[in-house]
Amino acid sequence: MMRFGSPRRRGPSPTWAHPSGQRTRGFRSLSLRRPQLAVRRFCSAAFCALGAVAIASMVMTWVMACGPAKAEGPQISHFTLDNGLEVVVIPDHRTPVVTHMIWYRVGSADEQAGKSGLAHFLEHLMFKGTDKNPQGRFSQTLATIGGQENAFTTADYTGYFQRIAREYLPTVMEFEADRMTGLVLNDDNVLPERDVVLEEYNMRVANSPEARLGEQVAASLYLNHPYGRPVIGWRPELEKLNREDALNFYKRFYTPNNAVVVIAGDVTGAEVKALAEKTYGKVARRTEIGPRLRPQEPPPVAVRQVTLADPRVAQPSLQRSYLVPSNATAKTGQAEALEVLSHVLGGGETSRLYRSLVIEQHLATNAGGYYQGTALDETRFGVYASPLPGVSFPTLEAALDAVIAEVAEHGITAEELERAKTRLIADAVYAQDNQATMARWYGAALTTGATVEQVASWPGRLHAVTSDAVRDAAREWLDKRRSVTGYLIKELPSTEKRS
Amino acid sequence: MIASFRSGTRPRALSLLPAVTLAAAVLMAPLAAKATTIQRVVSPGGIEAWLVQDPSVPLIAFDFSFRGGANQDPVDKPGVATMATSLLDEGAGDLDSKSFHERAETKAIQLGFSVNRDQTSGSVRTLSANQDEAFELLRLAVTSPHFDAVDMERIRDQVLSGLRRETTSPNDLASRRWWSTAFPGHAYGRPVRGTLESIPTITVADLRDYMRRVFARDTLKIAIVGDIDAATAGKFIDKVFGSLPAKADLSDVPVMLPQGLGQKISIDLDVPQSVLILGGLGIARSDPDFMAAFVVNHVLGGGSFSSRLYREVREVRGLAYSVFSTLVPLEHAALFMTGTATRADRTGQTLDVLQSEIRRLAEEGPTEEELAKSKSFLTGSYALSFDTSSKIAAQLVQIQREGLGIDYIDKRNSLVQAVTMADVKRVARRLLDAGMLVTVVGRPQVVPAKGG
Repeated sequence: MMRFGSPRRRGPSPTWAHPSGQRTRGFRSLSLRRPQLAVRRFCSAAFCALGAVAIASMVMTWVMACGPAKAEGPQISHFTLDNGLEVVVIPDHRTPVVTHMIWYRVGSADEQAGKSGLAHFLEHLMFKGTDKNPQGRFSQTLATIGGQENAFTTADYTGYFQRIAREYLPTVMEFEADRMTGLVLNDDNVLPERDVVLEEYNMRVANSPEARLGEQVAASLYLNHPYGRPVIGWRPELEKLNREDALNFYKRFYTPNNAVVVIAGDVTGAEVKALAEKTYGKVARRTEIGPRLRPQEPPPVAVRQVTLADPRVAQPSLQRSYLVPSNATAKTGQAEALEVLSHVLGGGETSRLYRSLVIEQHLATNAGGYYQGTALDETRFGVYASPLPGVSFPTLEAALDAVIAEVAEHGITAEELERAKTRLIADAVYAQDNQATMARWYGAALTTGATVEQVASWPGRLHAVTSDAVRDAAREWLDKRRSVTGYLIKELPSTEKRS
Repeated sequence: MIASFRSGTRPRALSLLPAVTLAAAVLMAPLAAKATTIQRVVSPGGIEAWLVQDPSVPLIAFDFSFRGGANQDPVDKPGVATMATSLLDEGAGDLDSKSFHERAETKAIQLGFSVNRDQTSGSVRTLSANQDEAFELLRLAVTSPHFDAVDMERIRDQVLSGLRRETTSPNDLASRRWWSTAFPGHAYGRPVRGTLESIPTITVADLRDYMRRVFARDTLKIAIVGDIDAATAGKFIDKVFGSLPAKADLSDVPVMLPQGLGQKISIDLDVPQSVLILGGLGIARSDPDFMAAFVVNHVLGGGSFSSRLYREVREVRGLAYSVFSTLVPLEHAALFMTGTATRADRTGQTLDVLQSEIRRLAEEGPTEEELAKSKSFLTGSYALSFDTSSKIAAQLVQIQREGLGIDYIDKRNSLVQAVTMADVKRVARRLLDAGMLVTVVGRPQVVPAKGG
């Protein structure tokens, strides 16, 4: 992880950081086109953004939970243009600033086999200019008006954003609408950018043993679904991606009927609607988009283990992923129960894993868990721990298994249930302080199968979770046969153990 | 913990304010072109804070900092400040570690403490409905942390675990070697997070001594943003900080120029991508040329994606994903730093590009167009630093610490606008022409055999 601070701004505290503070699990990690200096404090930009995804589903209408007294929360507008483009507007009039994002319903899981990394590579190339605005004129304009910009790719979506003074909203909408279909690429700008992406791969993955293990765990968990591929791609395939691949992918997926524009900040729904019709409304659909049907996972049957040895591992660690339902695939109440379960089991110092492994038994320096509910297909529930010196993996793992078994057997206490709900619902209030966070939540939800209404009903659904439901979720989903456990070690034993 | 490279906060001596003891606003300044105003609040007990009262979201963001951070660590015990701040919420007052965390979580209160080279900082985020509990927990953490042995050992293990990871992390190795080489024998040369040797030797007495010397009212800066009024804020401020000593007892940290400029140090580590850090003389925050330097840095490698380094290193040549430059005006040294990461066989080329771009800017200065665009960017983007309560609170603490005045936010863009071509040319030379200390971590470069 890089530690380069921006001198002028203290980084905003990443309230949308993953609650576990967990780092570099390669799975569906968001690969930002450009490093975001401000969020490097806790985790790579990739993982912070992923944190937003992990909690993206619990959004809004905090009013329901927190009492009416003040501010009813933002009045969200949501409409669809004639060409199929969806628009969400989240007003926040405190500062004359706007966050403008476009989210395409395409990610690395939509790539054709053999072209891994293409969704993310295209995201980089989207900054190369169009017929109308050649040679990065969009970025040049932002560099002049004082706008911030960036982009990100996950397994399920690709997003682009600008943060600007409110008077420039029409300008950026014009530019963004233009590059929806106007991209121009040539080898002179494609090939150096491929080198840039390879350096991004070096930074995020090759230089990081933990990230390399994360890739192996994901690949072992998903036997059939493309979530097993890294977002950034397998290197040998990444090295061969070219201009034609990128343009084909672009023409197939970048069309107004496959995108959601989310605008948060000092604007109103009516203003945005007029602007959207004048800009995005002029872009013709260029393809029909069918349902997003990826090859699904067969029911998992085998307990799987992978070990990655690297001489640079100075602190061993263990990470396990279970295949579980996502918000989009779960039956009523399951995703909410998994969210509460992940918090009770692995969210911070009061969680069961931390208390048991770190504080009570002195086996680990750190331990926790997380649930990535925001996904279109079956997703993962993760647990992790780093052993203290002298503690073996079998000892550590037995303790971890016992904590999970206890919850599966007896459920959680009423206090734990209440604390988890309070915390998860309060996150939605804290999010209201940050227009960019709000935009991320809506964008992530709407590109992974959720509706604005589902986003709004989340706190109420969370309220309905019972201790029994949490116990049942642990019982049903945290079954080792649904899991892959990854071990990060310095060196393999000289004679391989077979037991 | 604030990372070692972080420089967002630069303590400066603050000229003493008139001894106003009204528990109310005495000065209002407009904030970022919006109706919001900053109030200077002085608590009944005489502690000053800056407040932006904004009831539109039912939250409170509360930030504070003390002068003195890792630079107050004993010479032979780097890491004391890090250990102490990590332990503030691990049991305090009548609460053990478990109860403390549970009390905070029951009301979704977020407490955080951090330390960098020059200062110790804390923050609270709470729903305004839970403000009593939030400030009570903060009071306990700031005034009566336990430092119980069992908690200390746990935190010690965690710090050591992080340090073990650092021993094979190219970024950490490059950074540590840069600072230890640039500041031999000086507080800045010692690592903020300590060392594998120092951390095991730290005792409770060390932690208590650090707190006694640093946690004092005379260096305290406070900012509050959100759904709270001046009288309530004043009451909480006294409750939290009122019992602290009036005066800090800081050990003296001498001003020092970075050493080793012109040297290049290579560290062998088997990673595919090498990390490069370059650092040299910077410009102090109080220097009249600081704003011109800020513009020069922006042209070279600052925030936008049109900087010279971004273009030459990344866009044109595809050498790196990340490249940056930054001013690092610490309290006792002013630095300028730049860095990137690239694959081993292109390390030499990348270093050449960085150094030649620095040289070119020093010799020629920016173009008229670059100057105009930079000023336009820096002024236009300023409002983006004020769109959340947390960001506003952080800005207000920093502005106080740097002694820039409560009307700084109003003045700041005109200070940027006032920078002339003559200023930036003069400052570019001053900033970029003195040579830099380079650390490179990665595999030794594979050079085509030429004289061995």
